[in-house]
Formats: sequence, C-alpha cells, structure tokens
Amino acid sequence: MNKVIYSILGPLAAIIIALFIGAIIISLIGKDPVEVYGVLFYGTLGNSYGIGQVLFKATPLIFTGLSVAFAFKAGLFNIGAEGQMIIGGFAAAWTGFTFVTLPWIILIPLTIIAAFVGGALWGFIAGYLKAKYGSHEVINTIMLNFIAAALASYLVNEIYGIPATIHTPEVSGSSFLLRFDAITGLFPGSPFNTSFLAAILCTIIFYFIINRTPFGYQIRTLGLNKNAAEYARMKIKKLVVLSMLISGGIAGIGSINFIFGYKHYYELGFSEGAGYIGIAVALIARNNPFAIIITAFFFGILEYGGLTINTMVPKELVTILQALLIILVITFVRIIDVLKIKFLKSA
Amino acid sequence: MIENIFTYAFLLQTLRISVPYFLPSLGAAYSEKGGVVNIGLEGILLTGAFFTTLGTYYTQNIWIGILCGLTAGFLIALIHGIATITFKADQIVSGIALNLFALGLTKFLCRIIFNSSSNSARIPGLETVNIPLLSSIPILNNIFITFCIILLILSQIIFYRSKFGLRLRAVGENPAAADSLGINVLRIRYAGVLISGLLAGLGGAWLAFDQHSFTDGMSAGRGFIALAAMIVGKWKPMGAAAACLVFGFAESISIQFQGTAIPTQFIQMLPYILTIIILAGFIGKSTPPAADGIPYENTNK
Repeated sequence: MNKVIYSILGPLAAIIIALFIGAIIISLIGKDPVEVYGVLFYGTLGNSYGIGQVLFKATPLIFTGLSVAFAFKAGLFNIGAEGQMIIGGFAAAWTGFTFVTLPWIILIPLTIIAAFVGGALWGFIAGYLKAKYGSHEVINTIMLNFIAAALASYLVNEIYGIPATIHTPEVSGSSFLLRFDAITGLFPGSPFNTSFLAAILCTIIFYFIINRTPFGYQIRTLGLNKNAAEYARMKIKKLVVLSMLISGGIAGIGSINFIFGYKHYYELGFSEGAGYIGIAVALIARNNPFAIIITAFFFGILEYGGLTINTMVPKELVTILQALLIILVITFVRIIDVLKIKFLKSA
Repeated sequence: MIENIFTYAFLLQTLRISVPYFLPSLGAAYSEKGGVVNIGLEGILLTGAFFTTLGTYYTQNIWIGILCGLTAGFLIALIHGIATITFKADQIVSGIALNLFALGLTKFLCRIIFNSSSNSARIPGLETVNIPLLSSIPILNNIFITFCIILLILSQIIFYRSKFGLRLRAVGENPAAADSLGINVLRIRYAGVLISGLLAGLGGAWLAFDQHSFTDGMSAGRGFIALAAMIVGKWKPMGAAAACLVFGFAESISIQFQGTAIPTQFIQMLPYILTIIILAGFIGKSTPPAADGIPYENTNK
C-alpha cells in the first residue's frame, strides 16, 4: 500500500506545482487563472464532446506509452516511438489506399498488421544495431526518428501525395475505423473512434505477455539484471531485438487513430510528437500498462484542453505545462526517494 | 554543374550553414565530455533564437540581443543541470522535456508579444556590425564565422591543454576516481552543461540574425544534427567541427542541385545515417565517455 502511495505522491505533487506555475504565467499575461483552468476542465471533462476529444487525443498516447514501457521492461530506452509511428502509419495508409477492393473484414486487420510491421521494422533496426554492434539505442532511435520523417516526406511529396497538399489519397472506405458517435451516439461530434478498443486490447495483451508468459519473464529479468539473465542462459541478443521490434510495432499501431479513425489519409506531421509524449506517459505510469491508460487520459486532457482555452491564452500554455510536469516528476522521484530513506532511517 | 562548387559563394554558404551546427555541437562536446547528455540543445537553439530576436527587437542593438539569447540558453541549461546533476534525473527525459518546454514557451511568447504564432517582427542582422580590419577580409568579415574559428582553437586548448579540460574529461570518464582526487564532480559537470547552454544559445542568435526574425520551430532539428556531428566527430572539438562542415557541405550541394538527381530528403537523412553507421563502428569506432549519461552518486557520504 505504501508503495502505491509513494508512486502516486510524486506525480500528484508535480501536477499541482505545474498547474500553480501555469497559474502564475496566466496571471502574468493579465488573465484570471481560475477562469482559464475552469474553461479548460469544463471544456474537456464537463461535457461528452470534450470527453470524446480527450479520449481521441489519449488513444495514440496509450500506444506510444505502451511501446516505450515495453522496451523499458527489457531495460531498453526507446526514444523512437515517434519514427516508428511515422513508418507504421505510412505502411498502414499505403495498404489502405492500395488494396481498395478488399472487404473491411480483411482490410482492417491488414492495415493494423501493416502498421505493426512498419513500426516493428523501425524498432528492429535499433534493436539489431544494439545486439550486433552494441551501439546505444537512445542515439540510434533519435536518428531513426529523423530518417523516418525525411523518408515520409519523400514518399508523400515525391511519390504518393496529392499535389499541393501534404497528404496521400484517401484510404479505402472499408478500412475506416468507425467513430463512437456513429455507432452509439455517445460523444457526439468528437472523432473518438474504435481504435481506442484496440488500445485497450493492446494494454491487456501487454500485461499478459509481460506478466504471464515465459517470454515476458525473460524480458523482465533482462530489464532488472542483465547478468542474471546471462547467467540463466537467456538469449540476450535475441531478447533485445525482439523487445525493440515489439516496442516499435506497438508504436506503429498508434497511427491508426489518426489515419483510419479521423482523417482517412496519411498526413505529414500527423504524429504531433505523440512518440515523445509517450515517454512521459510511460515514465509517470512507471511502466504499468493500466496506469498508462490513466496517464494517457491525463495528457489527453492537456492536449485537448489547449484548444478549449485558446481564445483566452495561447494554447501553447499546455505544452509548457506538459514539459514542466515531466521535469517535476523526474526530479520529485528523486526527492521522494531521499525523503523515504531519511524517514526509514529515523524510524 | 561541378564548377558551381568551387566558388567563393559556395564556400561561404557551406560555412554559413555549418555555424548553427557547429556552436551547439561544440556545446554538446563540453556537456558530454563531462558526462551529461544534453539532447535539450535543440530547444536551447530555439529559445536562444527567440530571446535574441526579442532583445534585438526592443533595443535595436544586436549585442543586447545576443546577450538575451545567451542568457536564455544559460537558464535552460541550468534547469537541465539542476534536474540531472543535482537531482540525478534521467538526462534523456530531461532533455526531451526541455525541448518540449522550448517549443511551447517560444510559441506562447511569440503570440503574446508579436501577436502571431508563426513569426516575429523583423530585426536588424549582422550587416550592421563593422569591425575595422576584419571587415575587409572575405569570410572573416562575418563575426560569427570568425568567432567560431576562435572558439574552436580555444576549445581545443581548453580540452587538451588546461586543468579544466583535464578535469572535465576525468569526471566524464571516471567520476569516482576524479572525486577521490578532490575534484568537485558536480561543479565540473555543471560547468560543462552551462557552457553547452551558452554555445547553443549563441547558435540560436545566429539563426535569428541570419533570418532577421524568429519563426516557429526555426531550429528545425539542427540541435540533433549537432549532436550527430559531435558523435561522428568522436566527442572532440576538431572532429565535431569537421563533421559539421561535411553536413554543411552536403546541404549546400542539395541547395545547389535542387530538383536534380538526389531528392533533398535523402541529403537531409545523411547526417543521421552517417551517425548510425559510425556508432556501429563501420567507419572507425566512436566511443562515448565511459560515464556519459550516468548521474554521479557519491557513495561515501
């Protein structure tokens, strides 16, 4: 129980302080913080449209959060979810606008597989380089993010894109992921769609693989103690490659929310930094898959919240809040640890 | 077409493109030699560019503008230092957060101050600077290029011929040993990180003057290319400078030959692919300082 309290205490204190600093910033530009935060929270959580928008923004963050967390479990730091999402997204969109004659029952699984494979390929490169040459996955995944962005830019601008736009042709109608408002009438007007169900499913599969399979056991062992894994004769290189591959694949699927659930085409820059926010999500959730859903939801509030307050203060306020939150969380983890040790010593 | 490469204009263009790579790249070398990874350089470039623009806009004096850019770079680096050196937070995550912070802050302030989310008002540039003697020499008449050359030579001396350089390399390679010799590890690491903030802030100032304004996201990944250049240059000032020139040269060529042969996107990829190849050890192994990225914990206290 104490463990849970300690792990919530840090993020909670960080949220309060970040909001407080935000309030100072709002006051400095001559606006009323209570009013601005009021609009932000009412606009996001006070009505079903807002909640739908928050869930829509949270969906890709669940995928990227899980992606980063999966690699973390194996002791690997995947900064590349952004690039993996870009490549996975393009592969999925290409499948969607190429195989237009396929029925939805085949095409939808196919696009999701394509998203996974694209992302997995990008993750594999970093994993392979790490396993084979020992080069650090952090730098390689950063580099791969930029290569992915340039590659997507080439594919869209020079080959597949519609002239004078930065997007591809529309994907086949049978690959669309339905919006919840169309099926159930809930969250009317918001682009919240069935890719959220895929995110939940992915979370459960994540939990199952990590906690209930021998493979997951090996990954956790590798993450906790590489020497122990080696001593137990685990195939470390293979585990590293597989972990990065799966991590990349999960990030790849994160693209379907935007492409098949919302715009129905691949657009340059669609990922909007979700891969990087995913790192924060995984970190704050301490790599717990179910906590990732909650944390992604919170970041979704901020992402969409920016738009609700945009007429009063520039929406970039929430970007500042997100950044402060991350810095405070990583700093507080340490402070709380120190306090905890002092507390234990005195007790 | 080849003859276009061997011109003064082409050389100058290569140097001009390399400046905003070189300054943060050199900064990264200072930070990482001391053992602190700083991927927040991208954000520092951006913040430096914004505050240089702001200072210059209000005072119409480029020197005050540069001072503002340097201060902004210093302060962001200070946050990185406090988080990662004092509180031992993860250096990569802190860097990512700072990049996000810079992106949000500059856009936020741009909208408040210049009433536009995409660009600032126009500011004067370096053409107003006139240094006697230098002004008549080609290339060197650009104060930033001259300054970069001086900085490079100076850094080479600092790194390999000074007490500070020796200590910096020591705390990046083996902080425990350095500590046992009475070197204040944390203070030296702070110095490395703060120098990187100043240099990247200066790089931002160059961007602002070169374009005579601030535009949203104008650092455009240069902080990461700088990081790549430093790795390709094997964590050494001279190496980083050479790598920046190679990247600048490639970019110049892509501008020169626009619309022909190789698509620009592939030229854009070049620094990143080269970094991956070099890190893998295909073209001479590049090894980071041993304690790079690891917070120092004094276990004796």
